[in-house]
Amino acid sequence: MGSEIPIAVTVNGVRHQRSVEPRLLLSDFLRHDLQLTGTHVGCEHGVCGVCTVLLDGEAVRSCLMFAVQADGGEILTVEGLATGNGDDLHPLQRAFRDAHALQCGFCTPGLLMTLVPFLREHPNPGDPEIREALSGNLCRCTGYQNIVEAVKAAARP
Amino acid sequence: MIPAAFDYHAPESLSDALALLDQHGEDAKVLAGGMSLLPMLKIRLAQVGHLVDIGRIPGLEYAKEEGGFLKIGAATKEAALERSDLIRSKYPILLDTAAVIADPLVRNRATVGGNLAHGDPANDHPATMLALGASVVVRGPKGERAIPVDQFFRGLFTTALASNEILTEIRIPVPPARSGGAYLKLERKVGDFATAGAAAQVTLGAGGAIEKAGIGLTNAGPTPIKAVEAEKFLAGKRPDDQTLQEAGRLAARAASPSPDRRGAADYKREMARVLTVRALKAAIRRAGGPS
Repeated sequence: MGSEIPIAVTVNGVRHQRSVEPRLLLSDFLRHDLQLTGTHVGCEHGVCGVCTVLLDGEAVRSCLMFAVQADGGEILTVEGLATGNGDDLHPLQRAFRDAHALQCGFCTPGLLMTLVPFLREHPNPGDPEIREALSGNLCRCTGYQNIVEAVKAAARP
Repeated sequence: MIPAAFDYHAPESLSDALALLDQHGEDAKVLAGGMSLLPMLKIRLAQVGHLVDIGRIPGLEYAKEEGGFLKIGAATKEAALERSDLIRSKYPILLDTAAVIADPLVRNRATVGGNLAHGDPANDHPATMLALGASVVVRGPKGERAIPVDQFFRGLFTTALASNEILTEIRIPVPPARSGGAYLKLERKVGDFATAGAAAQVTLGAGGAIEKAGIGLTNAGPTPIKAVEAEKFLAGKRPDDQTLQEAGRLAARAASPSPDRRGAADYKREMARVLTVRALKAAIRRAGGPS
């Protein structure tokens, strides 16, 4: 039981082929097999949102998916946001830094990956929309206010 | 948290999926969005030998009106329901429901069919589907059958689905003119299951009286509850406050909630009453009746 299955996924533009146990979570696949530890793991049961990545453009919790389910898919993790060797931050990352939208930073990768597609769909969001959008991500430091400010700053640079 | 080992299958057709289920019987489980199943596998409340992932089967994601029914493909994501122009313009009760399921990240993966097939009385679609008089279409080795939603839920996490059947579609009769519906949920915080929830669907007659009413309750007992007495009471009555309050009392009487961290049984029953009255008022307003 549980025999390994070959999968191929594209992560941050790089194609990876691996053989994985079906029960391997996508979050563990990213962190352990691909050494992409920017995707964090918190509650592990679908509440905290720190493991959020984009799968084919949509924000999903990578701890609530098996890696085999992502076979053939295109994944973007927090490591794929910045360009130019990581020096050129994504506008949302810059806004987070400028607005002090993080303290310990543990929730930040998940928040960024949740908010990147949100801003694509809502180029000019209001406060209630932003708060609804980040309702699946827990932050225990900021009280969320500066995260909301950062999103607005990123939307209207 | 890592689930116990299982074999994984990703069939690309419904017939292949059905053959796998038939072959492995009770040892197999269907994986749709996985938003309920994965947490259960992780805490090992559930254990399966074979997981049959229906996520790669084409043609199970849609919402369309056809032959007098709103038909929703079982694998339709909650997020897709929220974005659907048809749902947004004609079925606000479904938008109410989808919008309060877990959180946006879950709704990107969670499916409407999974929300029903899981058989959890705390899920939100069952109450709404009971109020709307929906049926689920189920495919098995012997073909297709339609099961009215009020006969679908058999017990806690138990439905009329056989182990070799797959829920493929939800069928909702297109409501007649002067109909409206609403779903209201009381939750401690975003992402929590309902402390109480009520769905109401009404059709008003020419004279302004209620012609037909459907009421469903969330997390008010071991199965989703259809408040039959309250529905019968409302038929033919004018929707004045006294009548709606009595309907709320009758609906609460149908509830048998269990006490837990979300509250005592009496509190939950009272919330079911209050939410039923409010959902009825919103439904009547949407049907074009007096507010």
